[in-house]
Amino acid sequence: MAHIKVPEAVPGIRSLVMYRPETGKHLYQLAHVLLRDDSPLSSAERELIAAYVSHRNNCMFCMSSHAAAARCLYGDESAIVDDVLTDMQRSGISEKLKALLVVAGKVQISGKSVTAQDMEEVKRLGATDREIHDTVLIAAAFCMFNRYVDGLATLTPTDPEAYKEMGKRMVEKGYALPDANGK
Amino acid sequence: MPHIEIESHLPGITGLLEYRKDSAAPIRELTQILLRGPSSLTEGERELIASIVCYGNECRFCTTAHTAAANLLLGETTTTASVLNDINTAPVSEKMKALLHIASLVQKSGKQVTEEAVQTAKNAGATDLEIHDTVLIAALFCLYNRYVDGLNAFTPGDPEYYKTLADRIVHHGYTRLPGGYDHLKNNPVQ
Repeated sequence: MAHIKVPEAVPGIRSLVMYRPETGKHLYQLAHVLLRDDSPLSSAERELIAAYVSHRNNCMFCMSSHAAAARCLYGDESAIVDDVLTDMQRSGISEKLKALLVVAGKVQISGKSVTAQDMEEVKRLGATDREIHDTVLIAAAFCMFNRYVDGLATLTPTDPEAYKEMGKRMVEKGYALPDANGK
Repeated sequence: MPHIEIESHLPGITGLLEYRKDSAAPIRELTQILLRGPSSLTEGERELIASIVCYGNECRFCTTAHTAAANLLLGETTTTASVLNDINTAPVSEKMKALLHIASLVQKSGKQVTEEAVQTAKNAGATDLEIHDTVLIAALFCLYNRYVDGLNAFTPGDPEYYKTLADRIVHHGYTRLPGGYDHLKNNPVQ
């Protein structure tokens, strides 16, 4: 059960944005800007960064929902998502994306763990300032979202089908505030 | 030197928020509501929650800025220093101790927040909304600290800089200055 009285049977962050829509609308807006609006990184790549960081934070709800959204966006190549979550370095993604995920993984531990060598490597592989910026901010944002969702012990569905549906909605509708029924 | 090209007259978080304004807008609005909006926690108490998280994350820029803001709001410097040193012996209410304890757990991981820590806060009179806001403020500063240090934003050494910054976030708040920040170009920061 959640630590505070949030709407029952509504999972994860949705229960929290319904509890306090004044803060919720800005949280959803941030997720939308970072994961859907203009960026040199594709939405699929950005959802992958979100899932990767949530996985490292052990946040089951965020990991499962963003992995589902990433699988949906990768379409025929959806296996990439599980390959990255299992062993990122051995997955089939580009060397540049691997280096960006290394940076995201460091940010997950602490901002201070990102080194000048990490930056040299990622730039050598062709990452632009804007790609680096967006990667760091997405990773930092998911360190917030994961703590918010788990810190208040929100409902975490265990049925993979529930996430499949969520992922589809996140791709089709983006990050829109839920209605009164949590949909 | 920052890892990406940031305008040199804008240290710390300000330069990052100006680098990408569309992502900055919801971050600024969220901070404004949480730290300056209507709440049963005082602005000083909310800055203490921010400070303890920044301190736990060892983010020098954010810790210096938010302890300066807390000191300005509280009108003294003892409380902030005591809170950072040891929550249990700090001169704050039992409720604030319990909320600061929750914030420091969130700083480590959301999963660290136990039923017991929440119950202690409730027994000391904390409302659901106060617990909610404490967790979200703590989580938000885990974003800020990683954003600032992950991109190696410039951290001024001059204490005067933080006095000016604290004055701005106390008296103006966290929204973007209406005229932007070009006026700072004439005051290079050390």
